Amino acid sequence: MSFPPHTSLFNEGNGAGAQTLDVSLGPQHPSTHGVFRMNVRMDGETIVKLQPVFGYLHRNHEKLAERNSWLGSMPYTDRLDYLCPITNNWAYAVAVEKLAGIEVPERAEYIRVIVGELTRLQNHTVFLGFILGDMGSWGSALMYAFREREKILDLFEELTGARMMVNYMRFGGVRCDFPVGWLEKARAYIETYPAFLDEMESLLVGNEILLARLQGVAPVTAERAINAGLSGPVLRASGVDYDIRKVDGYGIYPRLSFRVPRGEVGDCFDRFMIRLLEARESIKLLQQAFAQIPAGPIVNPVVKQRGFKPPVGEAYGRIESPKGELGFHLVSEGGEKPYRYHIRPPSLINLTLLEEMCLGSKLADVMVILGSIDIVLGEVDR
Amino acid sequence: MSSLSPEIVLQRIHDALPKARVELLNNPSPSGQHAIRVHREDVLEVAGLLKNDPELLLDYTSNVTGIDYSDHLEVVYHLFSIAKKHGPITLKVRTGDRAQDVTVPSLTPIWKSADFQEREAFDLFGIRFEGHPDLRRLLMWEEFADFPMRKDYVAPDDYEYEPTPHGSIVQKIQAHSKHASASSSTNA
Repeated sequence: MSFPPHTSLFNEGNGAGAQTLDVSLGPQHPSTHGVFRMNVRMDGETIVKLQPVFGYLHRNHEKLAERNSWLGSMPYTDRLDYLCPITNNWAYAVAVEKLAGIEVPERAEYIRVIVGELTRLQNHTVFLGFILGDMGSWGSALMYAFREREKILDLFEELTGARMMVNYMRFGGVRCDFPVGWLEKARAYIETYPAFLDEMESLLVGNEILLARLQGVAPVTAERAINAGLSGPVLRASGVDYDIRKVDGYGIYPRLSFRVPRGEVGDCFDRFMIRLLEARESIKLLQQAFAQIPAGPIVNPVVKQRGFKPPVGEAYGRIESPKGELGFHLVSEGGEKPYRYHIRPPSLINLTLLEEMCLGSKLADVMVILGSIDIVLGEVDR
Repeated sequence: MSSLSPEIVLQRIHDALPKARVELLNNPSPSGQHAIRVHREDVLEVAGLLKNDPELLLDYTSNVTGIDYSDHLEVVYHLFSIAKKHGPITLKVRTGDRAQDVTVPSLTPIWKSADFQEREAFDLFGIRFEGHPDLRRLLMWEEFADFPMRKDYVAPDDYEYEPTPHGSIVQKIQAHSKHASASSSTNA
């Protein structure tokens, strides 16, 4: 067995007499949130170079979708960001509805907001647990978060038949209406949620170690965040007022009142706090939707779901998913399959600045910085 | 969202860069997202204008992808403005053909968000982005030779399988090993 002339992970050597050390982090490291790998060069404990390595979960979703019928890709979108399958369904449905000019009934829009905001709530809740794990507090916070997430997944299971792989949206509506008593159960559950968030906040935010690990770590300026295409909570943590629910006003969001929280510094602490604040806004949205939801059809009856053929043309549709801007770019030639089906994955594009954010930090901070971006590899690698 | 029609953008490009070769592509879909196609030699100038023009301020490139048509490849950019809260403006750039002339200028120096997405288009479609700071495959491994998102891509049939004691796979293995042992014996 022979070794290559240099043992660098990068294409270049680390220089004659260099005192740097190359480390391959992941893909099986518990803090890489799945199968993500980073090639890191360190000078002592300080990061001087970092290269993300993608593709360990690549299955070419887009190629498969171009082989499938339009509706046939709906269940597969569940597997993108598998923590938030409902918002993935929603983004695909929005793009197809744009492409074919489909109206969505009012009740269906309310149902979408209810399940979508429940999804955001559980995503941001487990985020709080995971980032504590990245800081070395593995266990307690995550168990608290998962306890609450389970209850939301129970609601999803009762509604859709599945906890995670829900396959819930249809073009022009949703698949099934709430079962008897579901809405009351969900409403009662959401009433208890602010108390849980208060508890979480009081346990975490004042903690000295947590502050030391998050504050001032990897700040991103607003200008840099915009140029690098960051989206969602990560963009807003840098102080940018941009929420697609407000900007595009899709669905019935213009009727509901909610604030768009923003950070100031754009450091890990702002990215952490923004999730807590957004979770509280989601509760407000849910309460309004529960109060206003009208009776009526749940899907546009004109749309033929099976053998669906949108007109020739193309469309880019996007929503504010819990991770950021989730968009679908679809090209139709009028047939039963998409000619082109492309996903704009927020998890991948939010990693654009990962190297910049980590340079000069310590190795232990890399985990926290990655955790503060909040990625899911199903979406990064597709 | 305030609307910004591609016609206005086109007019601005004509005013500021009269020599740039741009055209409006009609999109028959109800989405009404008409695209602007820019000649690849002019795209850097046009992109710089779109980003910095005080009326347009398209500071946010959200989506970048490729499309394979039968005689050329196309790169699609979806631009938004966070400052003005308008968009999307669809920008399209064509390659010369699908085989040799597949180079277009990279817009990563203008919008950093194109970085991974152009790498992905290079990886899956084989579009070469000139001026990209780090043009490597993104999702497939470095040794991989083909471009899987192209329409004429043929998936290999030699992927990993678990041999079973029956079926066509065994016949294939036996045929192969017979051939292999025959050729190795002639070599010996």
